[in-house]
Amino acid sequence: MIANLTNTAGNLALQLLRFVGGMTMLAREMWYSIWLRPFYPFLIIEQMYQIGVRSLSLVAATALSTGMVMALQFGYGLQKFGGKLYVPKVVALSLIRELGPVFTSLMLAGRVGAGITAEIGSMNVTQQIDAIRALGTSPIKKIVIPRVLACLIVLPLLTVLANFIGVLGGMFIGMSELGIDAQFFYQKAAYTVTLTDFSVGIAKTFFFAGFISIVGCYFGMNTTGGTQGVGIATTKSVVTASILIVISDFFLTKFFWILERWL
Amino acid sequence: MAVIEVKNFAKSFDKKVVHRNVNFQVKKGECMGLIGGSGSGKSVILRSLIGLEKPNSGMVNVLGDDITQFTEKELVPVRKRVAYVFQGGALFDSMSVADNLSYPLIEHTTLSPSEIKSIVEETLQSFGLSGSEKIMPANLSGGMQKRVGLARAIILEPEVILYDEPTAGLDPFNTKKIQEKILELKEKGVTSILVTHDMPSAFAVCDKMALLLNGVIAAEGTRSELEFKKGSVMEKFINGDEF
Repeated sequence: MIANLTNTAGNLALQLLRFVGGMTMLAREMWYSIWLRPFYPFLIIEQMYQIGVRSLSLVAATALSTGMVMALQFGYGLQKFGGKLYVPKVVALSLIRELGPVFTSLMLAGRVGAGITAEIGSMNVTQQIDAIRALGTSPIKKIVIPRVLACLIVLPLLTVLANFIGVLGGMFIGMSELGIDAQFFYQKAAYTVTLTDFSVGIAKTFFFAGFISIVGCYFGMNTTGGTQGVGIATTKSVVTASILIVISDFFLTKFFWILERWL
Repeated sequence: MAVIEVKNFAKSFDKKVVHRNVNFQVKKGECMGLIGGSGSGKSVILRSLIGLEKPNSGMVNVLGDDITQFTEKELVPVRKRVAYVFQGGALFDSMSVADNLSYPLIEHTTLSPSEIKSIVEETLQSFGLSGSEKIMPANLSGGMQKRVGLARAIILEPEVILYDEPTAGLDPFNTKKIQEKILELKEKGVTSILVTHDMPSAFAVCDKMALLLNGVIAAEGTRSELEFKKGSVMEKFINGDEF
């Protein structure tokens, strides 16, 4: 039994090392290639459309629902203690600092991360990645870099939109369910949220965008085993990106609190 | 002079030894058929000739350069001169037929869009694929996909072409079309290696054949040389006998 446990632990450690090593190698290769010609700006724009514009409805629905639910929960909860008037502050602050960036990133990890892995994985198993190389071009430049850059550009923008829609959702519930005046809601929210709160939330999304896109590309580029392999890689990609977002969020929050105190 | 030279080539995947010591040469304008059982590593050798795989040891000399230690960047000039025809065509499924053919021209030439368009049209016409410019690869038949794959591979007019089972799974009409194209390219002086299980096609287009068996080239020679060797491994392989 102990031998089995050691074996399993050893295998897991090996897999983890392989994953970390593979991701590092991919990121390193990307970093060196990004500065070299040729550049493909149209591919980045196309990916921005695929990743950003086509995720708008999902992000908007999630943000709206989150804002509304939070306002409702805090509204009814705080009402008992006469703290209903704190709802705008709590909703705006938690959305902009934490929930907006994290929920938007998790949604994108599901939609975009899965899409990236499935697309690249299918290309891999049908030898299209090999064809890119055989035709004297780089899959890193043609496939990986446009997706990573597009993700780094659009995720912060989507988060700004999600924050706005979330607060609007909270405001709507404040008005319709809690009897809080819209003007009051806006004033309290605007007074509470500082530029630092907003910046910290957005800064986190750059890390999350990196996790989603690089993990998606890594699993796609390493897909083996035909269509079944594509399915497995896609699941792994979404799970890994989501876990990385959730875990890193804690450390990033801690890091930014320290940074804020320091500055 | 040998355009392709493989010397002491050895390759393993994890603990499985696929090639122990492979040696062969292909001269300029020659077409060599590389045959062998399934899983014998024919495609791996072909992939190594364009740097898609790296051998564990040995030398792979292509057009005068030992490419075994080449980086991806160093391989680019080699890949412009050596074309690889993939078994399934490996067409980019997000691009139309015309875009697939334009891809190498856009990447490696300074031709204008109108010049590229005219080259693409000409190439498609020579493959009997006129009018298929806007079709997406998913809507093409297997035979058409292979022909488009071949058309894309030769559009930069390479000096060497590596064919990975170009006629596998094709009907006699498409097989003949591909054979004719390979012969046409051979007449133009293109050096080529044909990996195949399709013996009639191999005999129709190849100047010489090499049999890959147990990680080495077990037999090699021209068609006439091989036909005289009755009872040899090559004859047994071709006839499907046990050896």
